[in-house]
Amino acid sequence: MHSPIIWHSFFFLLFSILACAFAVAVVVTTNIVRMAFFLVVSLGSTAGLFFLAGADMVGAMQLMIYVGGTLVLLIFGVMLTAQQPFVSMHTPSGEWILAAIVGGSLLAVLLQVAWSVDAWTQGPPLPEAAYTREGTQGNASEALAHDPRFAPSQTATQLGFGLLGERVDQLSVKDPESRAGMSGYLLPFEIVSVHLLVVLVGAAYLARARYRASE
Amino acid sequence: MNLLTQPVGVSHYLVVGAVLFVCGVVCMATKRNALGVLMGIELVLNGANLNFIAFGSHVLNRAGARTLGLDGQLIALFVIVLAAAEAAIALAITLNYYNNQATVDVDHADELRG
Repeated sequence: MHSPIIWHSFFFLLFSILACAFAVAVVVTTNIVRMAFFLVVSLGSTAGLFFLAGADMVGAMQLMIYVGGTLVLLIFGVMLTAQQPFVSMHTPSGEWILAAIVGGSLLAVLLQVAWSVDAWTQGPPLPEAAYTREGTQGNASEALAHDPRFAPSQTATQLGFGLLGERVDQLSVKDPESRAGMSGYLLPFEIVSVHLLVVLVGAAYLARARYRASE
Repeated sequence: MNLLTQPVGVSHYLVVGAVLFVCGVVCMATKRNALGVLMGIELVLNGANLNFIAFGSHVLNRAGARTLGLDGQLIALFVIVLAAAEAAIALAITLNYYNNQATVDVDHADELRG
């Protein structure tokens, strides 16, 4: 059977290999400055995976908040504490072996679970027209344009309404009992915003320079 | 089984999420630098986030399958914001610890009683 390369799968493979390889590099390296850089690449590739899954807003937020904000914070922490003895701290090999055993068994369990459900192992199949030979090229591209993998996804509006308490993505559900459980996320949104404010004030209070104590 | 010619499903995302999660756990367990432990936490949160996105995605699930829908993306957004808050507070604690004890080695943190 003539099966074309699915570019969606190709980019998934690229970003997943980048994310996993640099995550492993974060674990393996002992230099804290390199760890920070590898983490930037790993989280950036994860943002690529979010885009490929159709979550454009979350991917953009991942790039802006995580890679742009949280990691800059982390790198500042590294720079402020990177005195010579702390740049590369070695772990005893006994702890490495123990962690490898625990991590390996956890990974085995998780992988087994990931492949245990038949509905998850394969994504939605490509439209039939994509498998036909050349000559029907126009039909194929038309069919692919309606495939969710290649159609642009616009979730920002739905997410914004969801945070304001309106689920515009669930309007097709008519059953009133089901709709009652589909309220939006206004209360969690307010809680998390106040939480963020309190945390940032607390962080500024904790990390302030205390001249009196050092005198 | 050729990965390039078969459509990507939820399982593929779960595998990547599992690898990130396990890397984070091992990172938390083995790093002696407090900031290294913090980076492990970021990896763990990202692995979980990837699973939320995969379960909620309409791209990875067959048409008509029951998915988390937009809830997955909303939860992922909350996790990102909470991770930012957690990083800020943990960094402040680490800097405070560094100012007081002149070290960031978590093995010496058992002197922090009272």
